[in-house]
Amino acid sequence: MQTFDLADSDLRTLNSTLHAQNDDTNQTAWTIENPKGAHAIACGLDAPIEVTIKGSTGYYSAGMNQQATVNIKGSAGPGVAENMMSGKVVIDGDASQYAGATGHGGLLVVKGNASSRCGISMKGINIVVHGNIGHMSAFMAQSGNLVVCGDAGDALGDSCYEARMFVRGSVKSLGADCEEKEMRPEHLEILKDLLEQAESDAKPEEFKRYGSARNLYNFNIDNAY
Amino acid sequence: MSNENNGIPRTTPRQSYTFNQDVNSDIRRAAATGIYDIRGGGAKRKVPSFDDLLFMGASISRYPLEGYREKCDTSVTIGGLNASNPIELDTPVTIAGMSFGALSGPAKEALGRGASAAGTSTTTGDGGMTPEERGHSTKLVYQYLPSRYGMNPNDLRKADAIEIVVGQGAKPGGGGMLLGQKISDRVAAMRNLPKGIDQRSACRHPDWTGPDDLEIKILELREITGWKVPIYVKVAGARPYYDVTLAVKAGADAIVLDGMQGGTAATQDVFIEHVGQPTLAIIRPAVKALQDLGMHRKVQLILSGGIRSGADVAKAMALGADAVAIGTAALIALGDNDPKWESEYNKLGTTAGAYDDWQDGLDPAGITTQDPELMARFDPIEGGRRLHNYLSVMTLEAQTIARACGKNHLHNLEPEDLVALTMEAAAMAQVPLAGTDWWPGKGGSY
Ligand SMILES: Cc1cc2nc3c(=O)[nH]c(=O)nc-3n(C[C@H](O)[C@H](O)[C@H](O)COP(=O)(O)O)c2cc1C
Repeated sequence: MQTFDLADSDLRTLNSTLHAQNDDTNQTAWTIENPKGAHAIACGLDAPIEVTIKGSTGYYSAGMNQQATVNIKGSAGPGVAENMMSGKVVIDGDASQYAGATGHGGLLVVKGNASSRCGISMKGINIVVHGNIGHMSAFMAQSGNLVVCGDAGDALGDSCYEARMFVRGSVKSLGADCEEKEMRPEHLEILKDLLEQAESDAKPEEFKRYGSARNLYNFNIDNAY
Repeated sequence: MSNENNGIPRTTPRQSYTFNQDVNSDIRRAAATGIYDIRGGGAKRKVPSFDDLLFMGASISRYPLEGYREKCDTSVTIGGLNASNPIELDTPVTIAGMSFGALSGPAKEALGRGASAAGTSTTTGDGGMTPEERGHSTKLVYQYLPSRYGMNPNDLRKADAIEIVVGQGAKPGGGGMLLGQKISDRVAAMRNLPKGIDQRSACRHPDWTGPDDLEIKILELREITGWKVPIYVKVAGARPYYDVTLAVKAGADAIVLDGMQGGTAATQDVFIEHVGQPTLAIIRPAVKALQDLGMHRKVQLILSGGIRSGADVAKAMALGADAVAIGTAALIALGDNDPKWESEYNKLGTTAGAYDDWQDGLDPAGITTQDPELMARFDPIEGGRRLHNYLSVMTLEAQTIARACGKNHLHNLEPEDLVALTMEAAAMAQVPLAGTDWWPGKGGSY
């Protein structure tokens, strides 16, 4: 186990050390002490390593992650795991705005609540939020799955494309061109798998599925906003 | 038609200036379709421009340099402020970001070939980085756009610079548009979207709002790329003084400033013609912002929007730009709107020079299309050669002017070398109206 204390060292040294790890590194476990809300911690990783951040982080922690597992033992600031490609990011506390924004792959788990615009413009990432999510979540979401074990705020899935939204609790309102959809067996399978990976004991049958009504896919004056 | 009606002379039929044939055809089109007009290109209206400026040349108090013999340097370094590998260019004329999707793969390849041969950079666009352009561009600027289509850390690390796009001159405040006709399998896969849909790119970044967030976003991008490559910020010609100030405060290494004549792949005509400021009007406030921060020449200013010739390049540089970017002109050099396709333009209801329905993907010249048959008409090697020639001519023209003004580097051109032909241009460029020592607003705040 390698330990890195941000009270003694700086962000550049931390990130460049983590970036220096490659596929065959044998230093696979890293702990970061004293993050104290610093921005861009552990962004741009690309190795099969596990990084545990002992505290809360600022903006864009684990941004553009590939392969790595990043555990945040606190809350995460805006844009956590933005544009993630693969790997796994787990936040014990809450996540601020734009969690998982534009992510292409991997799994983001928020054990607390996520704020507004969770999964905005997501492009293939899977996101599981144990608590609630804020307004405008999954705005223009393109693909991937957003699973919410609590409630969703206003305008869920506004202008979304092919992403799937699963919500167990209430949805305050649906955004433009987003509708409730039939839950088919394959969706229950996806949910079961994601809930298991995210260590949630919610049951797939308790969720409703939402997605694009596909009325905005081609310009049609009668559907314009 | 006789000139008389029962012995009373007729007045000549008179077209309205307000309701002219152009306007009336717009009204009929709107009435028939119920949707606004979408097109490519930049503002077609006449606006005060570099054509309204002239260089004075040398005189008794300024002596010229010998053409061809005495050196007139054209090199420029972009992004030396924070990046360990700044961009070094042989000519200040760069190729602007144009999306793969709007342009074909071979067209992107030709831009890379021509730019590389001329010692300058080219830029990706909405839709991500293609192997064609990466492979053929020695210096490639990777755009970081609100849509984030195709954005990934591997391509980010292959880039020679990163350009965070906040706005475009043709449509400040608007996102991109790519209509279904151009969403081929390849374009759809790169953008992670279903084939054939009308695709709207976001107008705002998904994970930051405002200058304080932008500063942190820049930090993140630098951390991911190890502080190696410069980070540009591209803004439309909206509020240049403040936009440049905020971008510099956020940590940009270079600013790309795009005026309203700047081209776009596709947007609403009303947007192109009525939102944004002319290129001539935005440069002085931008330079003033850099000077006020003590950052002029440290943070480079790259100007675009309607740049066509070495004279435009020299004028932009005299007013304080470090480099320029070209979009439309580069496409014309490749063969866009060439009269040799006139009969095909006619079939599309237009004529060479006026063709702007790039969104339809039916480009007879095979450049703004994803149709394999049309694309095959375009030869990227020949296109690259033409672009290289054109870039060389622009550079030679700018040098010719600089030497005539007695400058041994294009960067030594200065506002003092210029006069304006109109009051508007004098006010915007803050150079004297020809024959006077005065411009409107002289002695004012900027
Ligand atoms: C076909 C085409 C596609 C474009 N695509 C983009 C783009 O993806 N991103 C961007 O920032 N600007 C884009 N632009 C704008 C150019 O980067 C540039 O700002 C503009 O073309 C400069 O003006 P000019 O065309 O008069 O030279 C595009 C322009 C054209 C003509």
